Amino acid sequence: MATTHSRTAARFMISPSVLLLLGWMIVPLSMTIWFSFQSYNLLSPGTEEWIGFLNYEFFLTDPAFFAALSNTLLLVLGVLVITIIGGTLLALLLDQPVFGQGVVRILVIAPFFVMPTVSALVWKNMFMNPVNGLFAHAAKAMGLEPFDFLAHAPLFSVTLIVAWQWLPFATLILLTALQSLDQDQLEAAEMDGAGPFSRFIYIVVPHLSRAITVVILIQTIFLLSIFAEILVTTNGGPGYASTNITYLVYAQSLLQFDVGGGSAGGIIAVILANIVAFFLMRMIGKNLEA
Amino acid sequence: MTLSRILVGATAATLMAFAAHAEKEKLTIATVNNGDMIRMQKLSGEFTAKHPDIELEWVTLEENVLRQRVTTDIATKGGQYDVMTIGTYEVPIWGKKGWLVSLNDLPASYDADDILPAIRGGLTVDGNLYAAPFYGESSMVMYRTDLMEKAGLSMPKAPTWDFIAKAAQAMTDKKNEVYGICLRGKAGWGENMAFLTATANSFGAKWFDMDWKPQFDTAPWKKALTFYLDMMGQSGPPGASSNGFNENLALFQSGKCGMWIDATVAASFVTNPKDSAVADKVGFALAPDTGLGKRGNWLWAWSLGIPAGSKKVDAAKSFVAWATSKEYLALVASKEGWANVPPGTRQSLYDNPEYAKVPFAQMTLDSINSADPNSPTVDKVPYVGVQFVAIPEFQGIATAVGQQFAAALAGTITADQALKNAQALTQRAMRKAGYPK
Amino acid sequence: MARSVTPRRKMVVTVLAWAVGLLIFFPILWTILTSFKTEADAIASPPLFLGFDWTLENYAEVQERSDYFRHFWNSVVISVGSTLLGLLIAIPSAWAMAFVPGRRTKDVLMWMLSTKMLPPVGVLIPIYLIFRDAGLLDTRTGLVIVLTLINLPIIIWMLFTYFKEIPGEILEAARMDGATLWAEILHVLTPMAVPGIASTLLLNIILSWNEAFWTLNLTAAKAAPLTAFIASYSSPEGLFYAKLSAASTMAIAPILIMGWFSQKQLVRGLTFGAVK
Repeated sequence: MATTHSRTAARFMISPSVLLLLGWMIVPLSMTIWFSFQSYNLLSPGTEEWIGFLNYEFFLTDPAFFAALSNTLLLVLGVLVITIIGGTLLALLLDQPVFGQGVVRILVIAPFFVMPTVSALVWKNMFMNPVNGLFAHAAKAMGLEPFDFLAHAPLFSVTLIVAWQWLPFATLILLTALQSLDQDQLEAAEMDGAGPFSRFIYIVVPHLSRAITVVILIQTIFLLSIFAEILVTTNGGPGYASTNITYLVYAQSLLQFDVGGGSAGGIIAVILANIVAFFLMRMIGKNLEA
Repeated sequence: MTLSRILVGATAATLMAFAAHAEKEKLTIATVNNGDMIRMQKLSGEFTAKHPDIELEWVTLEENVLRQRVTTDIATKGGQYDVMTIGTYEVPIWGKKGWLVSLNDLPASYDADDILPAIRGGLTVDGNLYAAPFYGESSMVMYRTDLMEKAGLSMPKAPTWDFIAKAAQAMTDKKNEVYGICLRGKAGWGENMAFLTATANSFGAKWFDMDWKPQFDTAPWKKALTFYLDMMGQSGPPGASSNGFNENLALFQSGKCGMWIDATVAASFVTNPKDSAVADKVGFALAPDTGLGKRGNWLWAWSLGIPAGSKKVDAAKSFVAWATSKEYLALVASKEGWANVPPGTRQSLYDNPEYAKVPFAQMTLDSINSADPNSPTVDKVPYVGVQFVAIPEFQGIATAVGQQFAAALAGTITADQALKNAQALTQRAMRKAGYPK
Repeated sequence: MARSVTPRRKMVVTVLAWAVGLLIFFPILWTILTSFKTEADAIASPPLFLGFDWTLENYAEVQERSDYFRHFWNSVVISVGSTLLGLLIAIPSAWAMAFVPGRRTKDVLMWMLSTKMLPPVGVLIPIYLIFRDAGLLDTRTGLVIVLTLINLPIIIWMLFTYFKEIPGEILEAARMDGATLWAEILHVLTPMAVPGIASTLLLNIILSWNEAFWTLNLTAAKAAPLTAFIASYSSPEGLFYAKLSAASTMAIAPILIMGWFSQKQLVRGLTFGAVK
């Protein structure tokens, strides 16, 4: 049905989105590139000058940079691992007949509706606070010393908060995929004497692989730029222990008002995101092609 | 009356209503979400009643978010705010750049000469007052008189750091969740670095020497930081590295701190029986020293400034004058009692015999008067500011340094490592900023 | 895998599922409970679960301090507006990509998704300057534009995966009958795509409602949505757990309720092409 006419029409229909996104990308991005070669501090206007790659040199040699790079990856991977494993288990559970299934499902998906700022505030103050938080109360009730999550395991704590928010999303997609599983196939396998575990590994997991790919893709897009949760809970610290690239760029451009340095960081973040995107897209492309 | 006359009359009335509506000037006011500001917001009905042609819109934000928003806005001339709440750090920098409207022409009834000289000096650049102080603060020791007594000690009016460390240890009772000393640990130039910079001053340390060389590799800094870490490790609460002003206030109010060295404004909160479980057991003392001639107290004033280029300067001025006036102080006193009056701005308040009855009034005034932003350290330095260095780059540098000190407090790095990192990153940042200038 | 299930097994699974569900929901439940406590009860040790004096004073206090309904209405306008605008732009594009795929369709789609990976902080200052010059700072229009652009890739991708599942023969048949392009979209495609569009709509309203970077940085008073509302409770002085909880509950309640009522539509459509 790909006539010349419909092709032209299709182009016409795609172009608004393409043009808008292109504009959204190119205009700010080119301004950012321009700023990144300038000595430009928001607090000292009128002193801008061309300084070549100095901003890049400073950003890349900043001891915080490598910490931020590995924190970014750890955060993304950590959340992905928790949400995919947890989501699969939850999906298996929710797929079973249960009294009050609707209500349980509502309980499980609720975190997805919560604003990141709110969930970070609630977790930080009412759960992880080492004096008044619920975890501290629980530890004291068991005769243990309260653990100071945000000081001693900052990245883990942030990962936990983010994973809580994204677990419902993974669960929902995996559950939908699970429900489309061919029951006959499972029963046939059972007749052939396959145990529940091997049925899971050989039938369920391959069936879910496509859904898992989708979860990875969508979540990675959002997780690469996690920001509010870090700002609210740890401010990237202690030290650089929970600073990710996005937060580092934020610190440069909006805490130090070093627009030049922040822009250089932004461009580096864009390049890194594109590298991740490239691998991701290849993986997804392969999996979604069929 | 004919129909047409009714119509004409109705139209005219509508038009007048529209005109009246259009005449109303909307002031957008950015404030920080602390108690005094929220009280002002609640009382602002009094202002709009007197100025029916002005409408107020409030943007209340947490301190860090507020600072980032107003700085971005004023630096890009975004024009989103007509009145901004800013501090003694911003005013000298912004005033010099001409970003703020001079308030020298406030009416005589405003009595600008009544403003405490230390506070007024911090808000004046080249003879122009660029922001009106809403409340002023220094820092001082707040302590639990009952716990101090129980420990068999008595707090001098002007304690030394050694006494504080000794008392903190004696007051600590970790089983019952009583921690001898609560101090700021949360990273941020306005959080732990405000406290640590002021403390370091009293240990003879400084940020920069006369050639703008960072000084974190010097002995006084090491002494100050080690002292702080040791005392907090021994007698501080768990999770101190994420405690800022607000967290410590909550701890103190719920009876979990023996001593707390922080902003003088906190005095009215910890002695307010509505919020504080220990309201009747709080004593005050000057911030500690080590005998070198400088005490560890800072100077700050949350002030109201008007961005240059605002199209509503006159309305904004009348609001600023109202919120920082003697009349406003009297208004708060009549509604909420003298203890809740925003402190630290006007001499007349401290001359008022009613206010003198407030337990922390004199100590607040003494603390403010003992801080000198123009000569903050034992040695001579090229900068202005007690707990900050009034250069644009300071926020970023001090926040990064604060991260290092917070990490040291959390125990993830040693004091030496933290100082080494602080020195390195300050050197880098200063080199990038092109110092010495 | 629902087949013959013994009652006993169903009981066990029920208990387990409820336990896990409540565990996941607990932080929200705790927030809601705390919002009805006094500040002193909120930090009581040991914590109080239900045996406390229920009070509404936190809600009254929050409402007195910040005009909840204005923030709420801004959130509604911004999230619904940007989602509708996004759908308007995305539906034709997704249709074209799904039914007239070219050689580069996949690349275009992937490129669109990759624009979402740009860290927003990196371009805040440029956008702020552009908004200032265009007079869009602190306007709902400005936020609708930004959020539309931000979510457009996700909208297109979701719609694309739904449209792809619609068999092309139906369109062929419609075309044989002489339907024009727009008639084809309106009368043939749309009815089949409604579940997908509904789910896209819901998901994007949720994402826009919760977007906290642009909404916070590009607004002051007039257009500030609930994300800004919550920012004023994030670290106030003194005891604040109860007030924070009340403000949090007020900020998340609308979307939570909407999400719960529409969960069937959301769940049915939320596949992103994960299910063949």
